[in-house]
Amino acid sequence: MNYNWDWGVLLQEPYFDWLVSGFSWTITVSLVAWVLAFSLGSIVGILRTTDSKFLRAIGTGYVEFFRNIPLLVQMFLWYFVFPELLPESAGMWVKRGMPMPEFTTAAICLGLYTASRVGEQVRAGILAVGIGQRNAGLAMGLTPAQVYRFVLVPVSYRIIIPPLTSEFLTIFKNSSLALTIGVLELTAQARQIEEYTFQGFEAFTAATLLYICVTSIVMLIMRVVEGKAAIPGMISLGAK
Amino acid sequence: MIELRNVSKWFGDFQVLNDCSTKVAKGEVVVVCGPSGSGKSTLIKCVNGLEPFQKGSIEVDGTSVGAKDTNLPELRSHIGMVFQNFELFPHIKVIGNITLAQLKVLQRDEKQAGEKAHALLERVGLLDQADKYPAQLSGGQQQRVAIARALAMDPIAMLFDEPTSALDPEMINEVLDVMVELANDGMTMMVVTHEMGFARKVADRVIFMDEGRIEEDCTKDDFFGTPRGARAQVFLSKILQH
Ligand SMILES: Nc1ncnc2c1ncn2[C@@H]1O[C@H](COP(=O)(O)OP(=O)(O)OP(=O)(O)O)[C@@H](O)[C@H]1O
Ligand SMILES: [Mg+2]
Repeated sequence: MNYNWDWGVLLQEPYFDWLVSGFSWTITVSLVAWVLAFSLGSIVGILRTTDSKFLRAIGTGYVEFFRNIPLLVQMFLWYFVFPELLPESAGMWVKRGMPMPEFTTAAICLGLYTASRVGEQVRAGILAVGIGQRNAGLAMGLTPAQVYRFVLVPVSYRIIIPPLTSEFLTIFKNSSLALTIGVLELTAQARQIEEYTFQGFEAFTAATLLYICVTSIVMLIMRVVEGKAAIPGMISLGAK
Repeated sequence: MIELRNVSKWFGDFQVLNDCSTKVAKGEVVVVCGPSGSGKSTLIKCVNGLEPFQKGSIEVDGTSVGAKDTNLPELRSHIGMVFQNFELFPHIKVIGNITLAQLKVLQRDEKQAGEKAHALLERVGLLDQADKYPAQLSGGQQQRVAIARALAMDPIAMLFDEPTSALDPEMINEVLDVMVELANDGMTMMVVTHEMGFARKVADRVIFMDEGRIEEDCTKDDFFGTPRGARAQVFLSKILQH
């Protein structure tokens, strides 16, 4: 193979700026999507553990819908199909009118999809805490909402820190799919550098290292968080 | 104080409770026993509405538990309950476990709730454990905290569901001692247990359940004295052996 290595190209203008800008879009899409996924996922997961058949059905419906369609297809559905289903003016607004249509669509799509996965983790966590804790809370006169607020949520979220961390890392990696609808995030910028300079190896190596860097930092932080949140004396709830 | 009239309950097709009626008067201690699966836990959970029932009625202190318009949280805040697996909240300290419902349900202030908690911890002999987390205590200690937690609400009655059956033998007595003291103080108690020593000591009445039915409902002396129905005999001879 006759390849001309040139790492210097990454530091040249405008390619360095492209990488920086791509990296910031990747981070922004991931964070916005995560805020949505975490909030909505918490609601969906909690709904699936309530007493009400109706609320449970809403939660289950949500999870089944979003989990069973490939993310890439969802991306296209939101970007190309969804605006056409709206009344014309609203459809136009979604396509062009709203601020940064590609970014917004990508972040929402990724957030809605990941919410279904977060919801499953939350549900599993609450079920692991168990009916006994719920009954104990209710028996002392707490309302069902208070039982969630003071018992089920604080205990279950501690248990699910590891799977939630991995969901966040997945969102971060999945954010690269945003390039398919035109968001110039990290992967897209690496590809663009490749096209302009033919130094694809350098560009994608840089992108890869940036992804690895962020995932490692997140894992380190979450390990500290997990340690801080650990309940003294308790090895695992499952051992109870 | 507590009155059950013809209570029946089904889990799907399976009938767990079959036409159960009984009464617990104020200050009375009633022990409920019977083989595993006979419906004891279900019965006692019906009393504070943790389990719904399909037929009959239950009244606690004049309030109908099954009625649609009953404020269950309000009713439950007057009835203490102690569980087989303690069910302390693992993420808050012992003291927090005892103050939580005082603060959130009874709207007591921090100081009142804290004083109450300390007084109760002293009563169950665990004042020095206030700042530990539940998992740092032994089973017997946890169950005593759970009793203190229930008492903190100044309940008019206490329900116990096999409070000692998850404990190592050497810890059973420390919990039973607290319960005996409570009974002697005049607390109205409904206790699911196989501890016949406890029943002998403090029970006013004994209820024997089998297959969802209340088969025997009589005074302690009658239960242990005169021969009962065949099933109760078999059950008694089994558990009194050890
Ligand atoms: N949620 C439920 N769904 C279906 N069946 C149940 C449920 N809870 C209890 N049962 C059944 O109802 C019956 C009575 O259960 P219950 O827990 O009241 O028995 P118990 O007398 O307390 O037994 P143990 O001594 O083992 O605690 C059992 O056969 C049990 O399998
Ligand atoms: Mg039971």
